[in-house]
Amino acid sequence: MYQYTETDQTLIDERVNQYKRQTKRYLQGEIGEDEFRALRLMNGLYIQTHAPMLRVAGPYGLISSKQLRMLAHISRKYDKCYAHITTRQNIQFNWPELENVPDILADLASVQMHAIQTSGNCLRNTTTDPLAGVCIDEIEDPRPYCEIIRQWTILHPEFAYLPRKFKIAVSGSEQDRAATQFHDIGLYLVKNETGKTGFKVLVGGGLGRTPIIGKIIRPFLEKQHLLSYLEAILRVYNLKGRRDNKYKSRIKILVRESGIEQMSKWVETEWLQIKDGMEVSEDRISSIQAEFKPPLYETLAKQDAGFESSKTESSAFNTWINLNTVTHKISAYRAVYVSLKASNSPPGDITDKQLDAVAELADQYSFGEIRTTHRQNLVLADVKQADLFALWQKLDRLSLATPNIGTATDMICCPGLDFCALANAGSIGIAKEINEALDDIDYLHDIGELKINMSGCMNGCAHQSVGHIGILGVDKKGVEWYQVTLGGSSENDAALGKRLGPAIAKNKITQTIETILGVYIKQRQDNEIFLDTVNRIGVSPFKEAVY
Amino acid sequence: MKIIKDKKIIEDNWSHITDDDAISLGNITISLSRWNDEKSSLSSHTGKIGIRLAPSDIIEDISDDLNKISLIGLEFPAFTDGRSFSHARLLRSRYDFKDEIRAMGNFMPDQVFYLSRVGVNAFQLNNSDQLEAALSTMNDFTVQYQASTS
Ligand code: SF4
Repeated sequence: MYQYTETDQTLIDERVNQYKRQTKRYLQGEIGEDEFRALRLMNGLYIQTHAPMLRVAGPYGLISSKQLRMLAHISRKYDKCYAHITTRQNIQFNWPELENVPDILADLASVQMHAIQTSGNCLRNTTTDPLAGVCIDEIEDPRPYCEIIRQWTILHPEFAYLPRKFKIAVSGSEQDRAATQFHDIGLYLVKNETGKTGFKVLVGGGLGRTPIIGKIIRPFLEKQHLLSYLEAILRVYNLKGRRDNKYKSRIKILVRESGIEQMSKWVETEWLQIKDGMEVSEDRISSIQAEFKPPLYETLAKQDAGFESSKTESSAFNTWINLNTVTHKISAYRAVYVSLKASNSPPGDITDKQLDAVAELADQYSFGEIRTTHRQNLVLADVKQADLFALWQKLDRLSLATPNIGTATDMICCPGLDFCALANAGSIGIAKEINEALDDIDYLHDIGELKINMSGCMNGCAHQSVGHIGILGVDKKGVEWYQVTLGGSSENDAALGKRLGPAIAKNKITQTIETILGVYIKQRQDNEIFLDTVNRIGVSPFKEAVY
Repeated sequence: MKIIKDKKIIEDNWSHITDDDAISLGNITISLSRWNDEKSSLSSHTGKIGIRLAPSDIIEDISDDLNKISLIGLEFPAFTDGRSFSHARLLRSRYDFKDEIRAMGNFMPDQVFYLSRVGVNAFQLNNSDQLEAALSTMNDFTVQYQASTS
């Protein structure tokens, strides 16, 4: 994984000192409320319902065991002994004190981490596939490009006061696991006719209030032009994006209002004038690629005999293998999902003890690296078959082996009314209720692949519009109601969910989900997953059953 | 009134003429629309001329006149409006403007570092008590990832 150079380290150390001075000036009344708000947001600090919330960047979701231990330490020293993984592969603390944040940032900097640009109207953390570098369907490892983009975005002087936030995702595999089509800029590594790898560039995708699928602005961009092309898009957006209405200021609205042809014309015109001065050299690319070279895999038999017999002997282990691990490009290894969706804890939350323990397991079994996922779980990407049984037992003792990855209880859920000042309705409580209702593991596995996403308000932080089942909290005269959508997807077959019908009362929502699943079970054909059934039969049969 | 220019705090020797004021002698700045209206009569002005740009003004529109202009003022109605950052960069890198580019109005001392990196070399803050603070923020960083324009 990428190791900081002296320049990288100096930059984040200087950033910590800068923020320390800014906090001090603010506390002395030398910086106004609005001004400090902008400054603290660009250092990851929100003020929400109960306390400030600090969002730490997990650059493209990659974290070392040392960094994970530091996060555990921070959660103990400055917070309530837990952290939360976000849909942008970042890590959030919900209870830090404003005065302590400079110290937290200094602790983070000591392990090559920061909270720069994790909020505010600026270039945000770039995200990617949690299986990058190990999946079997990879065209090229996207992480080196994510790192190149990370460096370009950090403290970019021209694009720190954009009309609105700006998110970039990079996908390097056939199957899109990074919701790439729903980003302000989505980059797919693709091969052109001559076999050369470059980027297909999408622009103007996004979730939130106005979910829109990104449009192709350039089918093939040569790698050396990556940064100039991004810069061209950003300059057009910075100059032309709407600033009169915060709900219309994302680039997706600019693309929608001007049309992709016009947008493309603007960008290409700008790009032609800057591309020659901003090339990313092959040397630069290969030196960054060298930082992501594969770990030293052992040469092992394709199938480990002990592993095979453990699967036969323990059906619980076998189930966990089927659901929570995936094939690795090296057959003797598997990538392991660490489920943060146990029924008794809020989705995506992880305690200090679990953080420390996962760090230990990563050191022991997975080259000391951990990834965060867009669906709020963790991944240990490089585990030998022979180690899986021991790892499973240890994860199980930590309540981190719930065999539910990709199933109904692997919900994406925002903090909702419990923590977020903007929320209309609770989400964590509903997640718990649904989780309890689907507690029967055989039933859960029978339902199979299902993505439920639940947000506490229109802002859609939990991407409900692309959930196979989306649940959106709405406020009706001070009472919590829920809008349900069916058939959304953030993968290759990107689609927005269709509304089931009128909003559902809080005490009926779990029952509604059960009814929906009942219709699926009755109507499904062969091995059809929920999403395919919805696509085949439409929303009506579900609607009839629910209302 | 004091301003920062080229990393020094100096006295401002320009008059900033609103659209309703009469043109005075000496160095003046005027709005882009006034420049467009009075360009020909201003050709006989004895002092230097500067143009103040609002964030919504289009840089291309003055590119042909830049050789007659000694100062571009980038006005900040709100510090959150980042368009002037791109304007500064374009003026320096695309239109090769060598004279003073001045940030004016409602921006923060804490933006001075980024502004200087995109080519702004003079800073006129609403509250000139903050000039020292602004000056010191220019040394916040010794390293950077992107090329700067100067
Ligand atoms: S979706 Fe709404 S309630 Fe949930 S975290 Fe986002 S802003 Fe808050």
